Amino acid sequence: METIIEKSLEEAFEEKIANEVRIEPKDWMPEQYRKTLVRQISQHAHSEIVGMLPEGNWITRAPSLKRKAILLSKVQDEAGHGLYLYSAAETLGTSRDQMIADLHSGKAKYSSIFNYPTLSWADIGAIGWLVDGAAIMNQVPLIRTSYGPYARAMVRVCKEESFHQRQGFEIMMTLCNGAPAQKKMAQEAFNRWWWPTLMMFGPKDEESPNTEQSMRWKIKRFTNDELRQRFVDMMVPQAEFLGLTVPDKDLKWNEAKNGYDFGDVDWEEFWNVVKGNGPCNKDRISTRVKAHEEGAWVREAALAHAQKRAQREAEKQGS
Amino acid sequence: MDLHHTPTAAVQTYSPELRALLFGYTLQLADTSLILGHRLSEWCGHGPILEQDLAMANIALDLIGETRSLYQYAAELEGKGHSEDDLAYLREAVDYKNPLLVELPNGDFGDTVMRQFLFDGFHLFLLKELQNSPDPGLAAIAAKSFKEASYHLKWSSEWIIRLGDGTEESKRRIQKALANLWRYSGELYTMTQTEQQLAQSEFIPDYATLQPQWDAHVARVFAEATLEVPQNVFMQQGGKTGRHTEHLGYLLTELQYLQRAYPGLEW
Repeated sequence: METIIEKSLEEAFEEKIANEVRIEPKDWMPEQYRKTLVRQISQHAHSEIVGMLPEGNWITRAPSLKRKAILLSKVQDEAGHGLYLYSAAETLGTSRDQMIADLHSGKAKYSSIFNYPTLSWADIGAIGWLVDGAAIMNQVPLIRTSYGPYARAMVRVCKEESFHQRQGFEIMMTLCNGAPAQKKMAQEAFNRWWWPTLMMFGPKDEESPNTEQSMRWKIKRFTNDELRQRFVDMMVPQAEFLGLTVPDKDLKWNEAKNGYDFGDVDWEEFWNVVKGNGPCNKDRISTRVKAHEEGAWVREAALAHAQKRAQREAEKQGS
Repeated sequence: MDLHHTPTAAVQTYSPELRALLFGYTLQLADTSLILGHRLSEWCGHGPILEQDLAMANIALDLIGETRSLYQYAAELEGKGHSEDDLAYLREAVDYKNPLLVELPNGDFGDTVMRQFLFDGFHLFLLKELQNSPDPGLAAIAAKSFKEASYHLKWSSEWIIRLGDGTEESKRRIQKALANLWRYSGELYTMTQTEQQLAQSEFIPDYATLQPQWDAHVARVFAEATLEVPQNVFMQQGGKTGRHTEHLGYLLTELQYLQRAYPGLEW
């Protein structure tokens, strides 16, 4: 009996996916679909929160009041994205506390790109331009992802990300049109961030274990390699416009495929950073853990106060 | 046409003495909101909970927005072709005129909330009066920042109450923050010569008229938070005349680093 019901539920689910009907929190969904989404959405939320740290590193040193305000508001947007994404993941039956505990224990991952350090002001430009550019490329298709709350959260996220990318490009442009020292700063930041950004699209298709199922469920719409190619094709002309040299000796226009050929990512570095050996993995997590632990008394106080209030309210009504 | 209608037109009718006074005062307000905004921005990414990370960044952004308007107006009053960034990034600690309270390090969340609360009340009641200043520049900036400041005071008052009337630990911490910070609250109301002269000519309020509102609000919130106000405390002074704590120099070293390392460039 049960298997028959399950089967019809599964058929209804598959039919929705086939017909591009959004899956909503109360709908039946295969356990694996739920798990994949929780993993992906919470990973995305964690990336927003950990991603606040490398950029936050320059808020107090931003070179003008305007830049300071823009950067602070950008990092604040990321906190906001983290909030909506945690909420979207919570609709799948997990809690924010659980997700944060998984981040702190190392069980949950976040985007490896944030395990690289921001060494100069130009890194803030490079992150906005390249990293947010790659994030947009990854995220725009998610507006059409099959799970409703995730898709809706992504509409808002993508709108703000495109503003972030513009501000990054504008920082780079100002530096590239500036003094030689500024141009050097920009090129060095570009050299540092180019390859890690290409890694943001994930492993090669043949080594990406989750891609196939995710494509079938329309959680993902394009493969890692497809998105990586698009990104390179979009960014190379922008780098040329800025007068920056792409740090890839194998980069070459390929007329036949109407795109660029480019060198292979250093996959050994990629897997090393994923495994926790990037330059900042330990710092990023210990910074998050510290903020969380040092904030425990504040959260406890807020809870205790709310309970006292509710109790007084109840007593007032009872008397 | 009313010459006093726009800030620029009004400034041109002022005597050099009045311009100098207003310049000094506007600069002092700008320094104050910059330093406090900067301190709050240090929290970004490190708050006790995501929602409060967002709230502190919001307040910091409001303060930095206010700072920019104030420095731009100060530059106009000064009339030497300086930009907002020249005023923020190229002055020494001794030239900064913010009260000591706002430059103190963040400490824990309770210290930050207490520092904010003591300042927010002063800020709000001052802006309320400055909206009526005969100087259109200050009046316009005050009108814009007044709404934001009322949100700030609401936020910090609620947190004082939550922490005071929360757990034993939160009470101990916030009471300690009050004991440490109370001695910096007096300076907010001590008027410098510049402030006295501007108050005499009614460009700004006499701070003695603001203090009762602040006293009443602070007493009400502390009572609800079950906190005790320290008695017979010696009030520290100095920031408003350029005699700062040792903390300010480090803050400015960080804030001004790029402008100092690469003079005269666009960013």
